[in-house]
Amino acid sequence: MALLEVKDLKVRVEEREILHGLTLTVNEGEVHAIMGPNGSGKSTLSHVIAGKPGYEVTDGQILFKGEDLLEMDPDERAAKGVFLAFQYPVEIPGVATMTFLRTALNAQRKARGESEYSTPDFLKKVREVSKSLNVPQDMLKRGVNVGFSGGEKKRNEVLQMALFEPSLCILDEMDSGLDIDALRIAADGVNALRSPKRAMVVITHYQRLLNYIVPDFVHVMSRGRVVKSGDKELALELEASGYTQFEDAA
Amino acid sequence: MPAVQETVERVKRIDVDQYRYGFETLIESDKAPKGLSEETVKFISEKKNEPAWMLQWRLEAYRRWLTMTEPTWARVDYPKIDFQDLYYYAAPKPKKTITSLDEIDPEILKTYEKLGIPLREVAMLEGVEPKVGEDDPARRKIAVDAVFDSVSVATTFKAELKKAGVIFMPISEAIREHPELVQKYLGSVVPTSDNFYATLNSAVFSDGSFVYVPPGVRCPMELSTYFRINERNTGQFERTLIIADKGSYVSYLEGCTAPQRDENQLHAAVVELVAHDDAEIKYSTVQNWYPGNSEGKGGIYNFVTKRGDCRGNHSKISWTQVETGSAITWKYPSCILRGDNSRGEFYSIAISNGYQQVDSGTKMIHLGKNTSSRIISKGIAAGMSQNTYRGLVTAHRKATGARNFTACDSLLIGDKCGAHTVPYIEAKNSSATFEHEATTSKISEDVLFYCVQRGLSQEEAVGLVVNGFVKDVLQQLPMEFAVEAQKLISISLEGSVG
Ligand SMILES: Nc1ncnc2c1ncn2[C@@H]1O[C@H](COP(=O)(O)OP(=O)(O)OP(=O)(O)O)[C@@H](O)[C@H]1O
Ligand SMILES: [Mg+2]
Repeated sequence: MALLEVKDLKVRVEEREILHGLTLTVNEGEVHAIMGPNGSGKSTLSHVIAGKPGYEVTDGQILFKGEDLLEMDPDERAAKGVFLAFQYPVEIPGVATMTFLRTALNAQRKARGESEYSTPDFLKKVREVSKSLNVPQDMLKRGVNVGFSGGEKKRNEVLQMALFEPSLCILDEMDSGLDIDALRIAADGVNALRSPKRAMVVITHYQRLLNYIVPDFVHVMSRGRVVKSGDKELALELEASGYTQFEDAA
Repeated sequence: MPAVQETVERVKRIDVDQYRYGFETLIESDKAPKGLSEETVKFISEKKNEPAWMLQWRLEAYRRWLTMTEPTWARVDYPKIDFQDLYYYAAPKPKKTITSLDEIDPEILKTYEKLGIPLREVAMLEGVEPKVGEDDPARRKIAVDAVFDSVSVATTFKAELKKAGVIFMPISEAIREHPELVQKYLGSVVPTSDNFYATLNSAVFSDGSFVYVPPGVRCPMELSTYFRINERNTGQFERTLIIADKGSYVSYLEGCTAPQRDENQLHAAVVELVAHDDAEIKYSTVQNWYPGNSEGKGGIYNFVTKRGDCRGNHSKISWTQVETGSAITWKYPSCILRGDNSRGEFYSIAISNGYQQVDSGTKMIHLGKNTSSRIISKGIAAGMSQNTYRGLVTAHRKATGARNFTACDSLLIGDKCGAHTVPYIEAKNSSATFEHEATTSKISEDVLFYCVQRGLSQEEAVGLVVNGFVKDVLQQLPMEFAVEAQKLISISLEGSVG
């Protein structure tokens, strides 16, 4: 059984169809890259998988571990292992990052019927993860993403991903806004999470990220559909020729 | 359904079940005849064994009240109150003087137990060992005065406070035992003629707390009073008087709950604070009166006058309030900054949901030189509620160097509620520096989605975001109450019992 199966998905936003029948299958252990021009619907796809309100699915299906994902509340999806690293992470003033991490982690564990982490166990885990991602401890005391630089926000997303250990990680342009060193650290963090049980969907505009996180498959999206799929060579090809060749196909 | 829409729907469904304190205690009570007249006033005074001067004071207030009309300037809307259809005094039977906790009706003790308020000193002293990494509020000593309907039923830690010279007792007792102090200070901050509800209170107040902290004494523990309205059709008119003599310090907290009833109940309290030279009073309120049901039926009318007088130089009064209950709140804890270099503070969290109406704020009256004040107000409106901040900052001609900083932030959850900010600023001398900041924002759909994507339920997400929004104010509360207040905030915004 595939981990994620998106079948002929049609999605509307405010009466306008954005995804026009998109199909994508992701198996455990695989890394998929999705590339495509601005406005082609990449973030829309990630939002619909995560369950963001405001999108109307008019046709098609999304199965996650064989279950109908569209029937689940977004927090239920999170507890089942769907994680979305946002293109634009939001700020939550007055809520310490540490408090947020703990509340979220325990909410997920509770939903899965697991016991909540004790304070010492939780602290130990956060310390390990933040150390490996080079996230300073005092950043965790600050409000969630409040006053974080663009790069710090992205690192905070990867930190949460490492902490929650989801089975499906969707990374929406995690490379945008990262300097070269930060990119390498974040990519190392993502690579460390690669496992035969876990799959990744990496949305990016730049082939450079794929040098660090080497994908098994590359898909090109254009105008709300996957118009071409291939292996990592496809990304290099795109880098050379751009997207215009696919405009007609879409 | 968009996230905010969903929250709004859930919030709308808020029901009486939500209100954890809505139970009623079945006890016999002793009531004054219904309605208000000189006879009622005399009845109350007699019940309390009051000296003649006190009765006189009440009667003057009553006669004054007859000439007054209800204020209508607040942004609240309710049917006219029939003041003759209320009981002005209700006391749990038996009426014999209670000398120890064992003589209190066990039903009342149970009530306070249900409310989580420890009336037994011993239980607090023997508090269970806290687990590692956990703070245990039960181990901190807190002296409690419990007011049930019209009378104080228990005051704890009296002996220990007495050793420090601190007087903490029901005001009805203070009138008899410390008449010189009561006569000197009662009505000196809120005069009997102050306003319709304060005047009414002066005529019929039945109990409340009295605190006197002698010069140079730092009160050895938190003092707190819990008010509970139990009887039907009964107004609660408590009176609190706190005096901090030169160089003293006291921190005081009041909490309030009431059973859920279909009819509205009136609560018209008066609180007076006096801080002498170099003294400091910190007054915190966690107000959780029954707010009414999801259709706006029932709930407490909370029409309260609270004022602090920074009478001495370098004195300080700080009000912190967490207001989550009541059908209508009309309340402006204020500071008169009379002493030179005195300071007033007002920290407020006001949450309205369902059909609640809140009109609350503060007045900072700068009279002395180099006086300063700070106002931090956080209003959160959900459901169909209306939430108004109303504030006045004035500097008198002689108040040179007066400084004020005001920040009012409002957060809206849904689009059927309203938040309003009405600041009045008057500077009668040119050296005053007043700063005012105000923001109004809607709870962000993206922020809520971020939280639920990380596994929080919609309600947990709202609770978390709101708690973040009010953090600056929560930090002002004594630690053990901050935790309680935080829970209360989440609960009052929840749509279903979580
Ligand atoms: N809430 C919305 N209301 C109206 N249109 C929307 C909304 N969200 C997305 N769209 C439209 O849907 C299309 C796809 O947007 P989406 O954000 O998914 O693109 P993308 O592939 O992620 O682009 P980028 O590479 O710039 O991030 C765009 O034309 C966008 O304007
Ligand atoms: Mg995008």
